[in-house]
Amino acid sequence: MKSLVIIEHDGKNIKQTSLSTITAAGKISKEVEVIALGNNISEVVDKLKKTDIISKVNYSDDEFLRFQIAENLSEVITSFLKEKNFSHILLPSSTFGKNLGPKIATTLDVQQISDIIEIFDHETFARPIYAGNAISKVKSKDSLKVITVRPTCFEPCAQNSNVSDEKFEISSNQTRNVEFVDYDQSESDRPELTAAKIVISGGRGMQNGENFKLLEGIADKLGAAMGASRAAVDAGFVPNDWQVGQTGKIVAPDLYIAVGISGAIQHIAGIKDSKFIACINKDEEAPIFNFSDYGLVGDLFEVLPKLENELK
Amino acid sequence: MKALVCVKRVIDYNVKIRVKTDKSGVETDNVKMSMNPFDEIAVEEAVRLKENSVISEIVILSIGQDSSQETIRTGLAMGADRGILVKVDDTLLEPLGVGKIIKDICEKENPDMIIMGKQAIDDDCNQTGQIVATLMNYPQATFASELKKNDDGTLNVTREVDGGLETIKVKLPCVVTTDLRLNEPRYASLPNIMKAKQKKIEILDSKDLNLDISPRLEILEVTDPPERKAGVKVADVPNLIDKLKNEAKVI
Repeated sequence: MKSLVIIEHDGKNIKQTSLSTITAAGKISKEVEVIALGNNISEVVDKLKKTDIISKVNYSDDEFLRFQIAENLSEVITSFLKEKNFSHILLPSSTFGKNLGPKIATTLDVQQISDIIEIFDHETFARPIYAGNAISKVKSKDSLKVITVRPTCFEPCAQNSNVSDEKFEISSNQTRNVEFVDYDQSESDRPELTAAKIVISGGRGMQNGENFKLLEGIADKLGAAMGASRAAVDAGFVPNDWQVGQTGKIVAPDLYIAVGISGAIQHIAGIKDSKFIACINKDEEAPIFNFSDYGLVGDLFEVLPKLENELK
Repeated sequence: MKALVCVKRVIDYNVKIRVKTDKSGVETDNVKMSMNPFDEIAVEEAVRLKENSVISEIVILSIGQDSSQETIRTGLAMGADRGILVKVDDTLLEPLGVGKIIKDICEKENPDMIIMGKQAIDDDCNQTGQIVATLMNYPQATFASELKKNDDGTLNVTREVDGGLETIKVKLPCVVTTDLRLNEPRYASLPNIMKAKQKKIEILDSKDLNLDISPRLEILEVTDPPERKAGVKVADVPNLIDKLKNEAKVI
């Protein structure tokens, strides 16, 4: 058995989601290779070559792959796979992997296994259903398996190795029906939500976007990433990519601090793998208290300035 | 222009689900069912495109049991024109099988746009749109938060991705999967609910389509997730900091 991990990167850095996916692949098969696709990605390839667990970095560097269009990536990957004998193809279940994985699986006539959280053996996996309110243990009958991996359930692998790389040229380079137009990247100096050790999120209780400043000082002191509930995002307080929950980002930090968040099941689904959850809410009946290790009943507008002050 | 909107009947998102005691799945008997919320956004978007004269006909497709007719009626009451129900025996049809059925319908209906939710809130797979796009060889615009029709007939779609918002331009026909911020679905008015009862739903049987939709995954068991226990309430900020520092040791 041999696994192939499709690398998610931003042109310079490997996304941590990919390193977690490599760890998952290592639990499935002894041999793991990776494939990185993009344009001017020598930095990514250099970093990948240091990665533990893997035995080879396959990559292609071409203008055709610059914008990570799913159609283009899928075409190159499925053609790459033709001369190879991989038993498992893995991607992180980020928006990158969710967009691309089913295309590759369908081209190979395989039923993808989405968002696995546990590996029992090379064909048996656990995956959450109903927003994590139930866990389904499934066995795949496909001879080749295409899998997306929930990154927070697997530690990112270390990078102390030196592995070989192999560049391959692509045959197709015609863009057809899809064209990249624009990427509006959220600027932030803070750690990424899905990779941060501490996450502090605000909900509807924050009342407006301006009030999220109250969380910023605390996030700065703790080196935390900032998130939000769906209610806060829908209300336009903060950008969409801050959303934590079933349909947003799944996080599993050492500490999750929920401020002014009531704790809808869809939000809990996105945070319940956190090591510790603390919450601040003025409604002591709010469901969030039932999931929190430490709950503070109080008005966030009084509590937050105190918290910022008292944190060293 | 014609839009095909694919909708799934799922357990209502407000229902607290129960795992069956024999671990074979989730209890669906006597449980409130509704249209998958993401699919509702898809129907709403199609209706708005029709109101703006971008498209002229909306066909609602659902795959399931007889009861899915009710879900189709919901879409018809929101403003769609007619429905198609493809009946299947197996409630555990997988996304690849669903995609193959949708492909079959697409080949008969020739829609310019296929719209559906980005994921169903029951199996949380997030695959069907991508599968249909691949089978049809149409461009896919997943996780859409904004659609804009260009003068040259192409569609600009803004997508909610992990790092922010990405906009792509796709040629039609295309597949769009909808994210939360695309729109807020309307409630159907009583007159429209009455009118929807007169609209036509064509009923097909998946067996007559001669497709291989047999499952590739075997569900060994469905269990409750590990429970998170409620902890303690702390009195004040110093107390909270003390707990985080000395007990949890996370700051």
